[in-house]
Amino acid sequence: MCGIVGLYLKKPELQAQLGKLFEPMLQAMTDRGPDSAGFAIYGDEVAEGWVKLTLQAADTNYPWTTLMGQLEGHLGCSLDGVQNASAAVLKVHTDEAAARAALAALAPDVRIMSAGQSIEILKGMGLPAEISSRFGLAGMKGSHIIGHTRMATESAVTMEGSHPFSTGADLCLVHNGSLSNHFRLRQALKREGISFETDNDTEVAAGYLTWRLQQGDSLAQALDGALEDLDGFFTFAIGTRNGFAVIRDPIACKPAVLAETEDYVAMASEYQALASLPGIEHAKVWEPAPATLYVWERESA
Amino acid sequence: MKTIDLSSTSVRVLNHSLHGEVQDLEWQVTHPGGKHNLAVGINAAVAVDIEGHAGYYCAGMNQQASVTVHGNVGVGVAENMMSGLVRVKGSASQAAGATAHGGLLVIEGDAGARCGISMKGVDIVVGGSIGHMSCFMGQAGRLVVCGDAGDALGDSLYEVRIYVKGSVQSLGSDCIEKEMRAEHLQELQELLDKAGLDHKAADFKRYGSARQLYNFKVDNASAY
Repeated sequence: MCGIVGLYLKKPELQAQLGKLFEPMLQAMTDRGPDSAGFAIYGDEVAEGWVKLTLQAADTNYPWTTLMGQLEGHLGCSLDGVQNASAAVLKVHTDEAAARAALAALAPDVRIMSAGQSIEILKGMGLPAEISSRFGLAGMKGSHIIGHTRMATESAVTMEGSHPFSTGADLCLVHNGSLSNHFRLRQALKREGISFETDNDTEVAAGYLTWRLQQGDSLAQALDGALEDLDGFFTFAIGTRNGFAVIRDPIACKPAVLAETEDYVAMASEYQALASLPGIEHAKVWEPAPATLYVWERESA
Repeated sequence: MKTIDLSSTSVRVLNHSLHGEVQDLEWQVTHPGGKHNLAVGINAAVAVDIEGHAGYYCAGMNQQASVTVHGNVGVGVAENMMSGLVRVKGSASQAAGATAHGGLLVIEGDAGARCGISMKGVDIVVGGSIGHMSCFMGQAGRLVVCGDAGDALGDSLYEVRIYVKGSVQSLGSDCIEKEMRAEHLQELQELLDKAGLDHKAADFKRYGSARQLYNFKVDNASAY
């Protein structure tokens, strides 16, 4: 079934509380998705010329410090890293391609969850409450965040199969629904050079967006393409560097609710995930229309 | 007046209190917080006021009770209602009044997609607009819409009479516009008055089944 949630702060003063405001939203969606959970948080941007990567290893005792030392030596540049449970967030003074190449050479078994200037994707198997406490969500700061609770219907319950899926630098996708043409679409996208780690239908949607964006589409154009080329049910929330977007398929069986105040824009599969937000009693609450793109973004600094 | 505060009481306790031999006739539910399944399965002539937004299936399977939600409701409000009254002061999400057999459902705001899907005798009156694929396979009852209707209204319709004041984005399979006669104007005005909505029946158009789809034609026998 799955639950999706998103929170975009309009006021910088609230950024210190982003994780604290978001944690109950994610946990409210536990009944919709008890298998796995994850979130993509944006903030703590790195400067131009740097890239931020979130990595995960299967082993919770992975020797991150050793790897960081090796990367510094291999790339010959500055590197800052912090471990967070089974994940590590690295800030590297190089471009994304060089960082990926170095990681492929030095640690091919480590998975790159996200890359960009701002995004951090943290996800895994387990109840939303377990994921929140594992990664310390309540204490996190940032400008915006999207999250997901998974009830796997099309593929296996694995860490790789949990959402959000990265679709490019600072871009990610969470999905409630199921796609019916994902097998054929995966074949077609592989021929276009997109690689996949799982049999997951959402990974195909993420790969589709990545492909369209690489072909030069804007995000809006890519999502218009998705309405045509993806067959199935979906409510998507897409995280971007400066905000987030929401889109539903034309039949719109999968739910979505939006709420807006002066302080934030919030999105969830069910209103009860929004009920804990401050000022929700006076928020404008509405449902997004089918086959329509809704975007909230800051102007780039 | 009995008050149940859902921030400290469970939905199960609320619903149990409203089942069986119910002594109190007036109930107030506070801090609903969008929870699902509020006031479901009531079979008593009680009045329930829900002070805030409710989640899915609010007042489902209602019999005899009068339930008012002072906020919005999620999917399937008053689904399978048999009798009684459900009034939503805000807006409703999808499948409002789904498969309901009787009673009156009033939504003062908008209703989402598939409003009145498979309705079997309920009357639904919407003060605002309704979403796409509304009244899909509607069998019996009346659907009144004071605003607009989305795509594919009344697809595969049986005998529901649909009245819409605003625009209809498109009609579904076998649904056509029909003549408004005196009996329709009267029925519609009665429904609007009962719902407490200030509109004139003469401003509405009527839609119904062309009766080509749901009736067997002997010429087609060989296709089965």
